[in-house]
Amino acid sequence: MIWHTFFQPFIEFGFMRRALVVCLALSVSTTMLGVFLLLRRMSLMGDALSHAILPGVAVGYLLSGMSLLAMTIGGFIAGIAVALVAGWVSRRTPLKEDASFAGFYLGSLALGVTLVSLRGSSVDLLHLLFGSILAVDNDAALFVSGVASLTLVVMALLYRGLVSEAFDSAWLEVNTRRLPSLLHGLFLALLVINLVAGFQVLGTLMAVGVMMLPAIAACCWAQTLPGILLFAAVSGALCAWLGLSLSWSANLPAGPSIVLTASGLFFISIFFGTRSRLAFSLRALF
Amino acid sequence: MIELDHMVAGYDRQAITPTLCGTIETGSLTAIVGVNGCGKSTLLKTLAGFIPPVSGQLRWHGPRPVIGWLAQRHALESQFPLSVFDVVSQGAWPRVSLFRGFNAEMRRRIASALERVGLSSLGSSPIETLSGGQFQRMLFARVLVQQAPLVMLDEPFTGIDEATCQVLMDLILEMHREGQTVLAVLHDNLRVARHFPETLLLESPHARWGDTSTILAAFDHARRA
Repeated sequence: MIWHTFFQPFIEFGFMRRALVVCLALSVSTTMLGVFLLLRRMSLMGDALSHAILPGVAVGYLLSGMSLLAMTIGGFIAGIAVALVAGWVSRRTPLKEDASFAGFYLGSLALGVTLVSLRGSSVDLLHLLFGSILAVDNDAALFVSGVASLTLVVMALLYRGLVSEAFDSAWLEVNTRRLPSLLHGLFLALLVINLVAGFQVLGTLMAVGVMMLPAIAACCWAQTLPGILLFAAVSGALCAWLGLSLSWSANLPAGPSIVLTASGLFFISIFFGTRSRLAFSLRALF
Repeated sequence: MIELDHMVAGYDRQAITPTLCGTIETGSLTAIVGVNGCGKSTLLKTLAGFIPPVSGQLRWHGPRPVIGWLAQRHALESQFPLSVFDVVSQGAWPRVSLFRGFNAEMRRRIASALERVGLSSLGSSPIETLSGGQFQRMLFARVLVQQAPLVMLDEPFTGIDEATCQVLMDLILEMHREGQTVLAVLHDNLRVARHFPETLLLESPHARWGDTSTILAAFDHARRA
């Protein structure tokens, strides 16, 4: 039974194997970004950015159909543009960053959906929103693993800077004016490129779940930053594997079942996490 | 070190401080005082370069030195998954770039800073377990590690227990003796009178700047009147 559910589909079918590899790569790189988003109190920013890439993807799709390259480039440009413009607007208006992001991403989402429906069918729209993990071809797999590797290398190089910036950006800013914005910009670029990679596989709506849920869960267990990063990556990978297996055996859509597994982990963590006091409070209540 | 030429500090072209003329000498120890809302912190942020002056000019004698910056304590997140050592070692920057490892000398310096603030035994503790006073000691240790020629402290003693205040005040005097220029925004006039040779009093319409005893006498007199 265990063999049939958790191992056999990956041994037997190439597309399941590719899906697993792609999900493992994504869960290692995106959960790491998710942890840093949490530390910056920007948990909802990933969500906003994932919607923001949609019009770019849609333009790529309109110009050249379901072409990986065109949609990737379009998504990247749209994501970076929204991130930059929203950041700029929040500095020049009384709006906080989350408000200006909300202002832009809501319109972006609507624009993206409209653009796709101009030419595509509702199947295409579903594909863009929720991905098609089981149709990942070799090119997409290579792209995703390339993005994941790039992310890990850049994060390793910038680790100390990113941690310092997230904890106390004034400490850096006072001596190097542009350094915090530069680090923040690089981080946003990594975030966008990961969301673009994730959307190929899981769709724009589901990619954020894989990014944030393991990171949030990890904060309920580990206390040190390396511990949180490790926990998030490992649990993200496990959720991907479990979710894929479940989707295979119960005939569920793959992306949502991975995110649902991660959300199961989230619930377990907030109740039973070593650093969560929720269970105690509930017990005291009844 | 810094020359203020009819400089006014404020936000969004809105003046907050009075017009300031004068020089912050290298190696001086200056307290910035005044009633709430007079622009003490705004002035410090302008001097540190976070915000541009509303009018007038701010001139550096020689190249701008590295600045050790101690923000108001509530500006920082205490629930952050870092250890005390992690935070204190940030003081190695900018001497050690963000990409390089720490050599033995830097490790010694970090250990000695932890010892001087009395946190030697807490080096590996997570910062979320620290009390308010310990948190401030840790931030001071980071400034000590940096050994910046110019140190700016924004209300370093607000909300801190008296024992910690004394330790930190001694460390400020030590930095002053070692030749670092120190600028501090303070509330406690008694402490200013006792320890700070120079005072900048922000009052409208005119600021007073100079020897602490004369300035504070005028301040007390004005408050009593």
